[in-house]
Amino acid sequence: MTDVFMDNKYIGTVKNAKDFVDQVVSERRMGRVSDSVNIAYSQEEEKVLIETSRGRSTRPLIVVKEGKPLLTEKHIQQLEKKEISWSDLLKQGVIEYLDATEEENALVAFTEEDVTSDHTHMEISSLDLLGLITTMVPFGNYNQGVRLNQGAKNQKQAVGFYAANFLVRMDMDVSVLHYPHYPIVQSVAHSVSDYDKHPSGQNVIVAVLTYKGYNMDDAIIINKGSVDRGLGRSTYFRPVVSEELRYSGGLMDEVTMPDKEVRGYRSEHEYRFLEEDGIIYPEAGVKEGDVVIGKVSPPRFLSSMDEYSLASDSRRESSMALKHGEKGIVDFVTLTENEEGNKLVQVRLREQRIPEIGDKFTSRHGQKGVISLVVPEEDVPFTSTGLKPDILFNPHGIPTRMTVSHMMELLAGKTGSLTGRYIDATMFESEEESDIRKDLLEMGFRDDGSETMYNGITGEKYDVRIFVGNMYYLKLKHMVANKLHSRARGPIQLLTRQPTEGRAKEGGLRLGEMEKDTFVAHGASLTLKERFDSDQVVVPVCEKSGLVGYYDARKNNKPMSPVYGEDSEMSDIEVSYAFKLLLDEFKSLGIYPKIKLKSKF
Amino acid sequence: MVDVKQALKEYEDRLPSSILKEVEEHLSGNISKDKLKKIMQAIEDEYDSSQAVPGECVGIVSAESIGEPGTQMTLNTFHFAGVAEMNVTTGLPRLIEVLDGRKTISTEMMNIFLVKPYNEGKDIKRVAESLKELTMNDFLKEVVVNISEANLKVVLDKNKIELLKISHSTITDSLKKNVKGFSFKLEKDDSITVTQSGKDKDIIQLYKLKEKLKNVFIHGVKGITQVLPVKKDNEYMIVTAGSNLKEVLKQDFVDGKRTYTNNIHEIEKEFGIEAARQLIINELMKVIEEQGLNVDIRHIMIVADAMCMSGKIMGINRYGIVKEKPSVLARASFETPIRHVINAGLTGESDPLNSVIENVMLNQPVPIGTGLPGLIVRTKPK
Repeated sequence: MTDVFMDNKYIGTVKNAKDFVDQVVSERRMGRVSDSVNIAYSQEEEKVLIETSRGRSTRPLIVVKEGKPLLTEKHIQQLEKKEISWSDLLKQGVIEYLDATEEENALVAFTEEDVTSDHTHMEISSLDLLGLITTMVPFGNYNQGVRLNQGAKNQKQAVGFYAANFLVRMDMDVSVLHYPHYPIVQSVAHSVSDYDKHPSGQNVIVAVLTYKGYNMDDAIIINKGSVDRGLGRSTYFRPVVSEELRYSGGLMDEVTMPDKEVRGYRSEHEYRFLEEDGIIYPEAGVKEGDVVIGKVSPPRFLSSMDEYSLASDSRRESSMALKHGEKGIVDFVTLTENEEGNKLVQVRLREQRIPEIGDKFTSRHGQKGVISLVVPEEDVPFTSTGLKPDILFNPHGIPTRMTVSHMMELLAGKTGSLTGRYIDATMFESEEESDIRKDLLEMGFRDDGSETMYNGITGEKYDVRIFVGNMYYLKLKHMVANKLHSRARGPIQLLTRQPTEGRAKEGGLRLGEMEKDTFVAHGASLTLKERFDSDQVVVPVCEKSGLVGYYDARKNNKPMSPVYGEDSEMSDIEVSYAFKLLLDEFKSLGIYPKIKLKSKF
Repeated sequence: MVDVKQALKEYEDRLPSSILKEVEEHLSGNISKDKLKKIMQAIEDEYDSSQAVPGECVGIVSAESIGEPGTQMTLNTFHFAGVAEMNVTTGLPRLIEVLDGRKTISTEMMNIFLVKPYNEGKDIKRVAESLKELTMNDFLKEVVVNISEANLKVVLDKNKIELLKISHSTITDSLKKNVKGFSFKLEKDDSITVTQSGKDKDIIQLYKLKEKLKNVFIHGVKGITQVLPVKKDNEYMIVTAGSNLKEVLKQDFVDGKRTYTNNIHEIEKEFGIEAARQLIINELMKVIEEQGLNVDIRHIMIVADAMCMSGKIMGINRYGIVKEKPSVLARASFETPIRHVINAGLTGESDPLNSVIENVMLNQPVPIGTGLPGLIVRTKPK
C-alpha cells in the first residue's frame, strides 16, 4: 500500500504504485488527464506525488518508448509543411511537460544517439540545457562553465536598443546604443528572439596584442579613430520626477516658479531655465544645482497660529534640482496625473556618452575589460593591408581563463565578414572550425587568423604575427561618468558632523576600521588623529561638574556650565563631535558622563 | 685564557639563559678575554635589535599578519588521520574554534603513545579496544517490561558480547555501580532482571529506566568513541576520536609524556595554563602550515599569550579577552555596547583613556608609536 498525495494533501492509497503512476501517465498522453498534471513515485519515501497546482515550472521533452523517441522523421516533415503544430504533438503524446517532481523518475537522453532502452525521455534540443541568454554565447560549448555563465551575465548588462519606443518612455537610468549591429557570429537564439530588432553590440575588429603595457590586467585599448566614427557611443537618459502631494488640511504642493519670499529660496541664477509654469523648457543644457522643476510646499509643522496666515513666506521651497556631478540636456517633458490624481511632472534628461577611459566593454565570453587608453588612430598598429583594429585585447586574458570560444568567434567573425555571410555558432551544432578555416584560406588569409602587423608609431614590423579578426563587442552600462567621484571638503551630516556618504551627496571616502588599524600598526599616531579630524570640535567643559557646557551668546560668548552657570572653571577641550554626541546619548539614558580634566603636560 | 663559564656570568641579567648556553657550547676554552668581550658585544647588539621597539604595535601587527593569510584559507578542509572515517576539522573552522577558546570542539582527537612492550605492537588491538567507550546500547537486544511483576527483563545480544569480550557479570556489575535505586540480577539464561529496590513499585520509573539504560556506561574510557591503532615511525600508537585525557593517563600502558589531545581545555585542566598556551600555538601553527601559508610563530605566540594571560583560557571574543579590557569605552566599542555602558553607569566606572580605541573615539593621539613618548621639561634652570 502506497500513500498518494495530491498537491501535498493526502488523498488515499494505492496497491501497486508503479502501475498506478504508469496508468496516469498513459492516460495523460492520451489526453484524458490534463497535460499540466504531473505524477511521480518516490520509492524512498514510499509515496506517490501528484502535482496539479499552478506556478510550477515545467519543461517539454520528447517521450521515448522502448529505446525509440516517438518524434519521427514524419512528424518533422509535417511540422515543416505546417500540417501539424506543437499542440498536435502534445495531443499525440509525442511531447509532454515534466515538472521537477516527475523529472526525478525520468531518465532523459541528451541526444538521439544517447538513447537506450532505459531512457524515458529525450531533450528536444541540446540547447535546452541552457537559458536563452546563455544560448547567445557563440561557440559556448567550447568553454568552461563559469565563463559561459559570466558571458551570459555580461550580456544582460549591455547597452543596446532596448525598446523601439524609448523616445516616449520614462525609464530610470537607461542608455541607448547609437549604431547597434546584428552580430556576424550568431546562434539560433538570435534569430528566434528577433535579435536584429533589438541588438546591443557592435562588430569590431580586435587584435590580440599588448600595447605599451596599457592593456594589462583585463584593460582594453580602443582606437580613437573608431570612437570618432561612432564606436560605442550611447545616449544616457535620466528622468527627474516631481509630484504635487496633498497634505492634511487641504494644503498641497504647487509646481511653480518659487517666490523670493519662499523659505529656502535658491538663487535667481539657478532658476533661470524655468518658464512661467515652473518647468524647464526642452533642449536646455543644465548642470549641477540648476533647478529643473520649481516647486513650493506648505510648511512642515503647522502651529495653530500659522493656519490663519498662509502667507507665502511660510511656504518652503522643494524644487527638483540636479545633484552633484549631474548634467545633461532636457530631452522631453511630460505633464500627467498619477494614480491618486496628483499632478505629476516628469522631465527626461539626455546626455551623449562617448567612450572614454574607464568605460566597460565586453565580448560575449565573460572577457570584460575597461578602456585604459584611447590611442590616436595614427599610432594604432596596422596590418599589411592597412587595416587598423578598433580594440586591442591583451593575450594574457586567454590562457588562464581558457575561453576558447573567444578565439573561435574572432576567427569566425573574420571569415564571416570577409565572405559576407553570417556564421552559425549555436552551441553543440555550430559550423565546423575546419570549414571556417578553409573559407578563410580561400579568401587569401592565413587559416589561423594571424596576420603580419606593423607598429603604429615606428612603422616597424612586429616579430610575430598577430591574431586579428572580427568580434561582437558589447558596451556595458557601467560608465565612469556615473561613478567618478572625489572630494576634498564638502557637505557634512547634521547629526554627527561627519562627512556625508555616497557620490550623490558629494560624500567623503571612509577611512574605515581596518584602514585605521594600518595607521596604528605603523605607529603613525598623529597622522591618524589628523585623518579623523573631520568632525573635530572645541567644547567648553565644566571642571566642577565634568559636563560639556555652552557659549552664551547673551553674555559675550562666555562659556557656561550647564549646572553651575558662571560659577565654575570652564576649559576648552578638543574632541570629535561624535564623542560629544555619545556623551549626550549617555545623558539621555540617565548615565552621568563626567569628564575629569587634567593637564596634558 | 679565560674561564668562559665564569665570564658569561656577568651577562646573565642581560641575555636569556638559552643564548648563554649556546654561546658556551660553541666557544672553546682557549679564547682571549678581548675576543670574548667582542663576541658578547655583537651578540648583545643583535639581541637588542631583534627585540620589539617600545611603542611598536605588536598586537595589531599580529592580527593583520594572521588575518590576511586567513582570507586565503580554503574553507572546511578535512584532514584524514591515516584511514578514512577519522577526519579532523582543520582550516578556517578549526582556527576560529581555537581562537574562540571553545569548550566543545567539533572533532576531539587524541594521539595516545604507548610504553615499551606495547609500542612494539604487543596486544595493540586489545589495548586499543579497551579504551573504547561501551554503553549498554552496544549490548542490548531487547528490554521487556513486565508490568505484573514490576520488573524489567534485559536481553543481551550474545554475538556482540562475544565480539567485544565482555562477560555478563561485568555488565551486571557496572549496571549496579552506575544505576542507583534499582537492583540487578543475572539470571541463568544470561538475561538481567531489574527490580526496583525499596517498597514502592513505580511502573513509570521503570519505563524511564528503559530509555536511560541505553546510555549507561559499561566499559572503557568515557568520551572515546573510536579507536584506531596505527604505526607511525616504527612505533605503534593509538589515534582516537573523542578525548578524555584524565582517564587515559591512568592507564598503565600509556606514555603520558607524549600523549596528546587537541582539546585545549582538557590540557589546561591536567597540565596547567602554560601547557595550554603551547597547545594553542601548536594547533594554530598546524592549521596555518597545513594550508601552505607562512605566518611567523611570534605572532601566534602573542595571540596565545593574550588568551592565557589571566590564568584561564579566554577566547578572542566578547566573552573572553574583550571582557577583560579595563576600559569601558573599549569594551562598549566591541559588539555589545549597551550592557557595558549601563553597568559602567551603575557602578560609576572611570576610564583613564589610555588605550587605542578610546583615543580614536575622542580623536586624540593614540598612545602607540609616535604618540607614546612624552616630554619632561625642566621649568627652572639649574
